[in-house]
Amino acid sequence: MMTFSFDSLRQDKRAAIAATVGIGLVLAVFPFIVGSALGNSWLRILDFALLYIMLALGLNIVVGFAGLLDMGYIAFYAVGAYLYALLASPHFGLHLPVWIIIPCGAVLAGIAGALLGAPTLRLRGDYLAIVTLGFGEIVRIFMNNLNAPVNITNGPQGISSIDPIHLGGVTLAKPLSVLGITVPSLHAYYYLFLALALLIIFVSIRLQDSRIGRAWVAIREDEIAAKACGINTRNIKLLAFTMGASFGGVAGGLFAGFQGFVSPESFNLMESIMILCMVVLGGMGHIPGVILGGVMLTVLPEFFRHSAGPIQQALFGKILLDPEALRMLLFGLALVLVMLYRPAGLWPSTIRRREFSSGTDKEGA
Amino acid sequence: MLEVTGLRVAYGGIQAVRGISFHVNQGEMVALIGANGAGKTSTLKALSRLLDAAGGSVRYCGKEVAKLAPHQLIAEGIALVPEGRGVFPRMSIVENLLMGAYCRNDTQGIASDIEHVFSLFPRLEERAQQLAGTLSGGEQQMLAIGRALMSRPKLLLLDEPSMGLAPLMVQKIFEVVCSVAREGMTVLLVEQNAKLALEVSQRGYVMESGEITLTDDADKLLANPKVREAYLGE
Repeated sequence: MMTFSFDSLRQDKRAAIAATVGIGLVLAVFPFIVGSALGNSWLRILDFALLYIMLALGLNIVVGFAGLLDMGYIAFYAVGAYLYALLASPHFGLHLPVWIIIPCGAVLAGIAGALLGAPTLRLRGDYLAIVTLGFGEIVRIFMNNLNAPVNITNGPQGISSIDPIHLGGVTLAKPLSVLGITVPSLHAYYYLFLALALLIIFVSIRLQDSRIGRAWVAIREDEIAAKACGINTRNIKLLAFTMGASFGGVAGGLFAGFQGFVSPESFNLMESIMILCMVVLGGMGHIPGVILGGVMLTVLPEFFRHSAGPIQQALFGKILLDPEALRMLLFGLALVLVMLYRPAGLWPSTIRRREFSSGTDKEGA
Repeated sequence: MLEVTGLRVAYGGIQAVRGISFHVNQGEMVALIGANGAGKTSTLKALSRLLDAAGGSVRYCGKEVAKLAPHQLIAEGIALVPEGRGVFPRMSIVENLLMGAYCRNDTQGIASDIEHVFSLFPRLEERAQQLAGTLSGGEQQMLAIGRALMSRPKLLLLDEPSMGLAPLMVQKIFEVVCSVAREGMTVLLVEQNAKLALEVSQRGYVMESGEITLTDDADKLLANPKVREAYLGE
């Protein structure tokens, strides 16, 4: 069906290796550039961008690949984060190492994903959205109220003094010295998050090209036809929920270790919507697009926060509007503009782009 | 090969199929005809396990179908071409055909079966890389049938293959279905277009409000004055 010429394949391979090395170098020095040019607050934003990439890729499995609209995705992030907080903080006096907690977080979030998936197998679209939205809120409210009669989550106060991430006896909370180069804490977290984000990207790509990935797409396209093709739609849908949730669990654990503090506040509906926006805005089901969406939606609000004040100062000589309020306004405006002018997302897959452009052609004709 | 006895299908309290019995023999093409809402599609959905039957039994090669999950049917050799085509719109024609072979892993056999489908429907080969959603209705129906054939079924269930298609396209599709049947495929054809369905089938069943009211050889049904009056507009 597909015919390649081997010469072009080899050339492609060489180009791919060159590109990989180039991107790798850029990613390696990137935190030093950002750190010296923009300061530590932007380094933190960069670290968060990596966490959001992981979350967006996890949600992309559920929403982008399998076409199941999940509005409560942040719940799995919360599960991962709280698991880390409970197992590595003075709250219970437990201090387990990170390489145990993070996999446990992934598994526990995966189980939570299956628990959400099982009762919603027959639901689609808006109905599914409402149930998942409720699920997300239930998890948050549980975290908020599980401080009595037995104090498990410490309620609305949240859990503080969480152990920073340790790797093999080295803590990432203090500057490291590697081969004579001092690596500040935020940089070290960046490299750890980058490594895990790359792992999740790799897993996503492999899943997409697998039998399971094709089954997900088939379910998204037409569930009855998928059944008629012999796909076990129940298991495959549950698998989408489980896999997506486990990515969220990993990101949640990293978040807790990085932040040192978790509270139910961090896992509200707005966060779920934000992650969904990353997936939709970037380009549903297209991994590079989703990554771009994750970066954009983390960086853009921060950019507005930092620039709204100075720009007003320069234009009007005084601050007319509260930058905090203005930033959400500008952010909302940006979302509307993107959806109007790039309805398939900022970086859609070629198939979606074709589909949307043919759709508009028909309308124009 | 397929033995249906006392099959009932209900949506809530409303019975769509009220205890029908029929059978399909190996290598036979059987038509199930009837007007809109007679319960034809519900019957087919129950056979393919997309709906749970409210009662009765469906035995396929001696096995009780109700005990199988929908996705297991294809391994047993039953393939459904769903009503309204049901192709995967954002996959190319080749990808759709490959989905039909989802349960197989003999790469060689799959490749040769794709060639076979292309020989049945040359139109599909011309557009092999085109997205299924951009095809015409008739081409989508061809693709849906081709995809069902990709699982190498023993029994092909066709749900209204002529629905909403131009007469010329319908003719083409029926020609292919006939040639597939001549190669030895067992076909259960559910159709509103009674004339067409009876012309290509060996036997026929007429369904009316959830019950089978008539059954006979297809040519006798075609000659039957009641059928002629009710379904052939005479």
